[in-house]
Amino acid sequence: MRADCVYRRVLLSAILVFTFTSERSRADDVADSIKLLQSIEPGGKDTGVARKAVDSLASSGAMLSVLKGFKGSSPLAVNWLRNAFEEIVTAEKAASKPLPVEELKGFIADRSESPIARRLAYETLRDQDAAIEAELIPDMLLDPSPEFRRDAVAKLINEASAAEAAAATPIYQKAMSGAVHEDQVKQIAEALRKNGETVNIQKHFGFLSQWMVIGPFDNKEEKGFAVAYTPETTAAESKPLDPTVEYDGQLGKVKWQAVVTEDDYGVLDIAKQIQNYKGSLMYASTSWKSDRDQNVEVRLGTPNAWKLWVNGKLVFEREEYHRSSAMDQYKVPVSLKAGENILLLKVCQNEQTQDWAQKYQFQLRVCDSTGSAVLPVSTTAKNDVSSGENR
Amino acid sequence: MKRIILGTSVLAALAACDSSFGADWRQFRGNAANSVAVGESLPTELSGETIAWKTPLPGRGLSGPIIVGDKVFVSSSSGYGQDRLHVVCVNADSGEQVWQRQFDATGRTMTHDKMCNATPTMASDGERVYAFFSSNDLICLDMQGKLQWFRGLGSEFPNASNSLGMSSSPVVIGSTVVVQVESDAEAFACGVDTVSGETKWQIERPRAANWTSPSVLPATNDQPALALLQSSKGLTAVDPETGKIVWNFEKGASTIPSATVSDGAIVIPSNGLTAIRPSGEKFEELWNSAGLSPATPSPVVIDGMAYVMNNAGVLSAGNTSTGERVWQLRLKGSFSSTPIAAGGYIYAFNESGTAFVVKPEADKGVVISELDLAETILCSPGASNGGLYVRSDQHLIKLANPK
Repeated sequence: MRADCVYRRVLLSAILVFTFTSERSRADDVADSIKLLQSIEPGGKDTGVARKAVDSLASSGAMLSVLKGFKGSSPLAVNWLRNAFEEIVTAEKAASKPLPVEELKGFIADRSESPIARRLAYETLRDQDAAIEAELIPDMLLDPSPEFRRDAVAKLINEASAAEAAAATPIYQKAMSGAVHEDQVKQIAEALRKNGETVNIQKHFGFLSQWMVIGPFDNKEEKGFAVAYTPETTAAESKPLDPTVEYDGQLGKVKWQAVVTEDDYGVLDIAKQIQNYKGSLMYASTSWKSDRDQNVEVRLGTPNAWKLWVNGKLVFEREEYHRSSAMDQYKVPVSLKAGENILLLKVCQNEQTQDWAQKYQFQLRVCDSTGSAVLPVSTTAKNDVSSGENR
Repeated sequence: MKRIILGTSVLAALAACDSSFGADWRQFRGNAANSVAVGESLPTELSGETIAWKTPLPGRGLSGPIIVGDKVFVSSSSGYGQDRLHVVCVNADSGEQVWQRQFDATGRTMTHDKMCNATPTMASDGERVYAFFSSNDLICLDMQGKLQWFRGLGSEFPNASNSLGMSSSPVVIGSTVVVQVESDAEAFACGVDTVSGETKWQIERPRAANWTSPSVLPATNDQPALALLQSSKGLTAVDPETGKIVWNFEKGASTIPSATVSDGAIVIPSNGLTAIRPSGEKFEELWNSAGLSPATPSPVVIDGMAYVMNNAGVLSAGNTSTGERVWQLRLKGSFSSTPIAAGGYIYAFNESGTAFVVKPEADKGVVISELDLAETILCSPGASNGGLYVRSDQHLIKLANPK
């Protein structure tokens, strides 16, 4: 056992002993139990200690404190805190104590709090009083919680569906401003286009549509996934992409070429727009200008094996072929720097012959954790790829 | 002799600890993971009157129900991204919800439309329940719904996922929860301590998509119980305490229906169906039958017969001494659910929600009754104390003889 692990366990034990044995205020106990749950690490460590902390919280009635504890906590800690909250609610109901309705409403209204905790508070109130939906949801259109947004958008879609075409258009447009889920965006876009409106779904979702692509390189027997061809080594060294230089490809010399996708959902179809070279791989690169250092999600959909580098750093790789493809199939947390950021994607096709194994494509977008597009600042990017508002 | 005395003592101790074990249905395909409800007498004339109760469930689920004592447990998933995880506890007599707990998925939740995050069936050791999801979240709760531990295997091993969904159900052997997490990009199996949630062992597995579930080879006087891990490469017997591989059957196997153990022999969905008999660290191949080829449902073996369901809904019966196919019976519709055997009958549910009671005879199978529940049913049912439990997309349903 590593020394830091031993130290951590001793510390947790000390907190636990102190929490449950000393003469302290109830608020201190609650705060310590929450801290303890927030410190839970993956791997099944310290679960007995966590259980005792939940037991302590269950009888505390401290709903708001537990909900506030969600903010900044790991997904694992959030699940422990959720269980603590549910046990508190169960205990309070068993004791016939009323829910702190106004406090919970205030918490739901505070958008700086955890979206998961706010939604939990909302659903707890809704279970008791369904009327809260009509009271709170209309103001949730641009909420940080995708679940709240979905409800607010659904409400507007229903409203627009019942209205005449002219009256429906502004309602659909309002709905679109908050929509982050593909099914709702499709429904709204279809209605708006039917009403003669122009809808830029690519921009709405933040799909990157203009790429420089090079290939094919050899991926026979799926061996190319592990081979670092020159575009990859160049990217790793953060060297700029040179569209004039030729490289040795699978079928001869290759060089970077500009490829644009007009697809609503940003699908760049290598098989159709270039060629479905079986047993090959391609590299696709683009740039994304950020006005500041920021954390975003790069969301990718592809049925092909892939690797993704951001500013020369490999951020994820996945060797899986033809197990379906969908928008937002993969969500990769990424840190972007202020200025130009270079994205390089390696997309690999294998030699399967089945009809369903012929796709050679990807779609990639940049968004925040709610799924709302994060757009680059308007600029002319490197690599002869113009970017900006039309992305 | 010493081993026999020891074995007898252990069984007596187990019986003393938990006299209700025999009536429970604690995991996918039952306590022995063989789809046989020992000693159960279920209704054979199905009708509206045999629907004891029907309880609404949250979200969706392909996971089957498990039954421990007077409680029925089932998992569901909900939300636009199937990222809300539910564990529901229902009273077996009344159908009323006892409690429900929710969690947030920590791994990938994408699945094929037909599947959903709540595809693996839960498991229990009688004191705790273990819910596993396609997102590879493994959750342990006590019987009152108190979280005991949470393992986010999807976030701990982010490449161990399948965009079509994962479906392998865990099994509990002794003090270990055995799970298979196998995909093209990363594949492993692990044994997790039932009490602490810590990993006892983890072994690499063939890197390939795999939807099968572990089976259990019961303990003998010579050997403790073994976990049977199936993949496209074959079947591997593993010590559930240590993860040590005891033997390997390497002739390949299906990646959807799982192996079934009966009377010390193992029937493997391999090149049709292949039967082997293990002994210590070896095994003997008994027969192979290309004519008995299960599709999605796993084989059911009882009273010297193996029953398999193909894609067209044809139930085939084969002799387990020879592998020879004896009869076939065409049922209606497609089947994802593994049938169960109880009281000399086979109970099967098709995807559109029709339940069939089949009486297997020496040379033919006879449909005794059928009941259209009119809801999508993709899960395998469970049986306990005269009740047959099945979940649809919307409901948990108990079928039983009217009181």
